[in-house]
Amino acid sequence: MFLSRSDRILRGALVMLALLSGSVVLLIVWFLVAGALPALRDGYLPRLLFDEHWQPGSARDPQFALMPMLAASVLVTALAALLAAPLGIAGAVFHRFYLPKRLAVWNQRMLELLAGVPSIVFGFWGLTVLVPLINRLHPPGQSLLAAGIVLALMILPTIALTSQSALRSVPESQLLAAAGLGMGRFATVFHIALPSARSGIGSGVLLAIARAVGETMAVVMVCGNIAKFPGSVFDPVRPVTATIALEMGYASSSHKALLYLAGLILVLVTGALTGWLAFGKRNAGEVS
Amino acid sequence: MKSPVSRRNHRRFSDLACGIVGAVAASLTLVVLGCIVWDLLRLGLPHLSWLFLTGEVADGGRSGGIGPVLVSTVMIVVIALAVAIPPGVGCALWLSEFVRPGTVPARAITGGVDLLASVPSIVFGLFGMAFFAQVLGLGFSILSGGLTLACMILPLLVRTTLTALQSLPVDLRPSAAALGLTQTTTIRKILLPAALPGILVGVTIGVARSLSETAALIFTSGYATRWPDSPGDSGRALSVHIYDLAMNIPNGAAAASASALVLLLMILVINSFASFLAERWLRRYHS
Repeated sequence: MFLSRSDRILRGALVMLALLSGSVVLLIVWFLVAGALPALRDGYLPRLLFDEHWQPGSARDPQFALMPMLAASVLVTALAALLAAPLGIAGAVFHRFYLPKRLAVWNQRMLELLAGVPSIVFGFWGLTVLVPLINRLHPPGQSLLAAGIVLALMILPTIALTSQSALRSVPESQLLAAAGLGMGRFATVFHIALPSARSGIGSGVLLAIARAVGETMAVVMVCGNIAKFPGSVFDPVRPVTATIALEMGYASSSHKALLYLAGLILVLVTGALTGWLAFGKRNAGEVS
Repeated sequence: MKSPVSRRNHRRFSDLACGIVGAVAASLTLVVLGCIVWDLLRLGLPHLSWLFLTGEVADGGRSGGIGPVLVSTVMIVVIALAVAIPPGVGCALWLSEFVRPGTVPARAITGGVDLLASVPSIVFGLFGMAFFAQVLGLGFSILSGGLTLACMILPLLVRTTLTALQSLPVDLRPSAAALGLTQTTTIRKILLPAALPGILVGVTIGVARSLSETAALIFTSGYATRWPDSPGDSGRALSVHIYDLAMNIPNGAAAASASALVLLLMILVINSFASFLAERWLRRYHS
C-alpha cells in the first residue's frame, strides 16, 4: 500500500488512538488486580468461603463471608432470566408470526422505549410500587423476588429484540415449505422457526444474563441488602454489585481489597460470557 | 387414528393457544411501560414546574429544584463525549481503513474494545474512583465522572463508527485512490462526511447511556448540590439525585418522581432523535 507522508502521520495517530481504546480494559483489570492483591496475599481466600458473616469493617472480629453474596447474584440473575426468557421469546414469536405488520412496528417501538428506560428509574419504580405490593403478599417486600422481577423487566426488551431479529432471519423458504406441507402455525413455530433461530435466541439470552449480573442500581434499591443466604424468594438478599455500591464509599484496607476482588470476579464473569458469545458467533460464521 | 376433523380442531386450538400466550407476553411490555410512566406521572407531575427545573436544591432535594443538578449532568456528559469521541472514531478509522480484519492486531484491538463493553458499570465506578479520583488526584469531581463515563461509552462509539464506515459503498475507496487522492484526503473529505450520520447515531446513543448512568458516577462525580463553578467541582448527576432522594431522604419520593420524569423525557427525546437519524441514514444508503 502506497502511503504519502500525511498518510503515515495519520496512520501513526490512529494507531495510538486504537491502542488507547484497546488498552483501557487492561488498565481496569490491572487496577482491580492491584487493589485485590492485599486480600489474596493475606490469605483471606479460605475465609471468603468459610466465614459465617459479612462484617469486614469490624475491628474486633472481622469476617468476610462472600459466598452469600455470590449466591445472591446467581439467584437474582437466574430468577430474572427464568422470568424474562419465556416471556421475551413468546413475545417475539407473536411479533413475528401473529401480529399484523402495522402493529408489529409499534410493538417494536415500545420494546425499544422500554430498553431505553434507565436502570435507576426501574429501581425507583420497584422501590415505590413493586416492593409495597410484595410486602402486602409477604413482608418485608424488599426481596430476592423483587430484585428478580425488576431485573427481568430490564432484560426483557434485550431478549425480545434479539429473538425477533433471530426469528426474522429464519429463511422464508423454510416457512413456505412448512406451509406447503400443511403445517399449522403452532407446528411451524415449534418445529421450524424456533429450532432454526435457536443460536440467535440463545446468544440474546446470554447477553441479557451478562447484563443482569452486572446490574447495580435497580437491584440495590429493591433487594433488601442483607448478606445472608436466602431461605425463600421473599427473603432479602445482597448481590455482589450491591455490596460494592453500598460499601465503596467508606471501605478501607482489607475491606477495600475485598471489594476490588468482588469487582474482579464480576469482570471475569461478564468477560467470560462475552468471550463465549464472540466465540460462538465466530464458529457459527465459519460453518455457514 | 384421529379423524381429519378432530385433527383440524386440535390444530386450530394449538394455533390459538400459541397466539394467546404470545399476545399476553407481548402486551406485558406495554403494560409495564404504561405502569412505570403512569406511576411516575401520578407521583411526580404535581411536583414539576419551571421553578423545579431551574431552582436550587433545597432541604436535601425535597423542596426547591434541580437546576444545579442539571448543569452538573450536562457538564459530565459534555466531558465524556469530548474525551471519548477522538479515540473512538480514531480507533474505528484505523480498524476499517488501515488494517485488514482478522489479522492479529485488528483482533486484539476489537477484543479489547468488546471486553470493555462487557465491564459492568459499577466496576467503572470502582476504577474511576481509584484511577481518576485518587491516582490522578482529581478527587470527587465532574471531571472524574466525565472521564469515567468516557471509558464506558468508548466501545459504543467504536462499534457504531465502525459499522457506519463499513456500510459505506466499497467502491468509494478505489475510486478515490484512482483519482489520486491520498488516504488522508479520502478519509477527511469523503469517508468521514459520508459516515457522519452513522457516527452521530452512536454519539446520540452515547449521550443517552451517559444520562442513564448512576453506578459509575456515585463515587466519581460525587453528591454536591451546589452550582458547579468548574469541572473540578463535585456535582451530582440527575440519576444520582434520584438515587439519593429515593434511598437516603425520607419523603423524597415526589421530588424523585419528578426528577425521574425529567430524565425519562430527556432519554425519550434523545433516543427518538437517534432512531430518526438512523432511519434517514439507512434510507440514503440501503434502499
